[in-house]
Amino acid sequence: MAKQTKSWGPLHPQAAEQETERLAKTGLPRERQLDLYRFMKLNRMAEERLGNLYRQGKVVGGLYSSRGQEATSVGSAYALEPQDVVGPLIRNLGTMFVRGVQPREVMMQYMAKSDSPTGGKDANTHFGDLSRGLVAPISMLGAVIPVMVGIALAGQRQGKDLVTLTYIGDGGTSTGDFHEGLNLAAVLNVPFVLIVENNGWAYSTPTSRQMRIRDIATRAAAYGIPGEVVDGNDVLAVYEATKRAVERARRGGGPSLIEAKTFRMKGHAEHDDAGYVPKEQFEVWKKKDPIERFERHLLGNGLATEDELRAIVAEIDTGLNAEVDFALASPMPPPERAFEGVYEPAPEGVSV
Amino acid sequence: MATVTYLEAIRQALWEEMERDERVFMLGQDIGTYGGAFRVTAGFLEKFGPQRIVDTPISESAMIGCAIGASMMGMLPVVEMQFIDFISCAFNQIINFAAPNRYRWGQPVPIVVRGPSGGNVHGSAFHSQNPESYFHHTPGLKIVAPGTVADAYGLLKAAIRDPNPVLYFEHKYLYRRIKEELPEAPEAPEAPEDSGLVPIGKARLAREGRDLSVITYGAMLHVALEAAGRLEADGIDLEVLDLRTLKPLDQEAILATVRKTSRVIVLTEEQITGSVAGEVAARIAQHAFEWLDGPVHRLCCPDTPVPFSPTLEEAYLPNVDKLVAQVRELASY
Repeated sequence: MAKQTKSWGPLHPQAAEQETERLAKTGLPRERQLDLYRFMKLNRMAEERLGNLYRQGKVVGGLYSSRGQEATSVGSAYALEPQDVVGPLIRNLGTMFVRGVQPREVMMQYMAKSDSPTGGKDANTHFGDLSRGLVAPISMLGAVIPVMVGIALAGQRQGKDLVTLTYIGDGGTSTGDFHEGLNLAAVLNVPFVLIVENNGWAYSTPTSRQMRIRDIATRAAAYGIPGEVVDGNDVLAVYEATKRAVERARRGGGPSLIEAKTFRMKGHAEHDDAGYVPKEQFEVWKKKDPIERFERHLLGNGLATEDELRAIVAEIDTGLNAEVDFALASPMPPPERAFEGVYEPAPEGVSV
Repeated sequence: MATVTYLEAIRQALWEEMERDERVFMLGQDIGTYGGAFRVTAGFLEKFGPQRIVDTPISESAMIGCAIGASMMGMLPVVEMQFIDFISCAFNQIINFAAPNRYRWGQPVPIVVRGPSGGNVHGSAFHSQNPESYFHHTPGLKIVAPGTVADAYGLLKAAIRDPNPVLYFEHKYLYRRIKEELPEAPEAPEAPEDSGLVPIGKARLAREGRDLSVITYGAMLHVALEAAGRLEADGIDLEVLDLRTLKPLDQEAILATVRKTSRVIVLTEEQITGSVAGEVAARIAQHAFEWLDGPVHRLCCPDTPVPFSPTLEEAYLPNVDKLVAQVRELASY
């Protein structure tokens, strides 16, 4: 592929010029801020382990990384309550961890193992579990938006105090379901939050080839709902913005759109070296790395010592060793499973 | 016993299921105040309120996506396509979200998508289609297509109670043209809840005969029955099998009628290539080859869009004359 070198400038230049050290104001207590740190670090370190497994040939199919986008997943998911329902996409591993998914589950999914949540029937992060408020998306982008609207509608009808949340990328906002889903959410006034992760690139297509607008958040106006731009690499900003949207939804204020400006620090998937992304963009965004920024915040504001952060990392590292071992030990699924489970058995006397 | 039309049977089934089970609710365009383009839901808004009769924007994909989500939460959504032709706008939600969901991650999707299909009412290319074969290919879906009043009633109730995504293709030509007696709605709480229910997956022998089988469904059932009456004079005794459910096909019933008569015509209102009729014919060829006394015929529509003008549409659709001619040809094979 011909490399694009100078033709694309830095993305979101305004954001790039911002003071990157200062994070959003928050009332989150220290312990919970350390939680955010733990989840972001787990997100990144688990993906690094997955990268090792990929290079060892253990991963079946593609491997998708959310490197650089951890704050968006973790900050938004952390603003949800246990009864809420979320539909994470392929780059929202952090969201899944916040909802209680164990790294071994994701590792087994990527390795197509028998004990994976789907038993080998589906790949990667494509699994759900409503007992943990998780819906599995499909690869057709945007499709999960109306589904989350339906879950929010049902929650409303059933008198449950729940809010639904899902994600879409900058590229995914070009789909029909993005428009139909968001419009339906607005018309029905359901408790729903859509996080648009604007990471600059949809596979190899830059945002400028998806749309002519600068801020995707402005699209909210088309649906008569609030839209907000947030620094997607500031976990506290993402948390605070999501919290506001979730609380508004829970009070009956309807859906919101939040655009988190961030950057995809790797290719579309592991096989893709992202040679089409100008190096300067990586350089700009490397300085805004969400985890390093948050570390500086925690240390600079006396919320944690270096030893404490090191201890968290060591604990994650040890835990991941066990997770990898467990995942590797799981067998491949028995072939006969391929034929099972297409239909839900019908109640007696109703159906075949 | 009350005598009702096919349309009233649909309406009655919906009404009773909504009364019986508060999890049932409807999404559709113009189904509330207006009562639906064909008046299927007239009076529903007043009875069940806007929480359960939800008028939506013109967004078929979002409507069905929304139903999928609500069903995951234990609700039982019924989505009305104003004309079934528009189901193509929601193809992705049905094919990629609803159908494989249980297989992929264990979460069933008990939704019903229903709407008027079929031609012979001069509805032209986008208000006359029979899209069943697009979906027939897809594991995880069930498809029903009632041809009688009793089946319109009983299959809709079964579809709503089925824990899988069910596509319910009603035939608009039959809406007000056929009438039958239906059991009264069960009034007493102890009345059997499954009164009138028609099991999904079971074909029905609509007419017993010796000489030749016509396997069909929907409005074509009535073409087959009329042809059977006309052929009596020729001494040809037709057997007519009404499939009722297209997915899963009642293969036993299909093979049984073929073994009995050894001659078979599959009569459907689809364009012929890649049709449900093709699947029925293939199964007969594979599993009942040695019972056949002649080739398996398909009498379907030609491979053209549905034409508008009555003379064109008449040429396009199967009818009694065309069926009688095919029967005579096959009977003398």
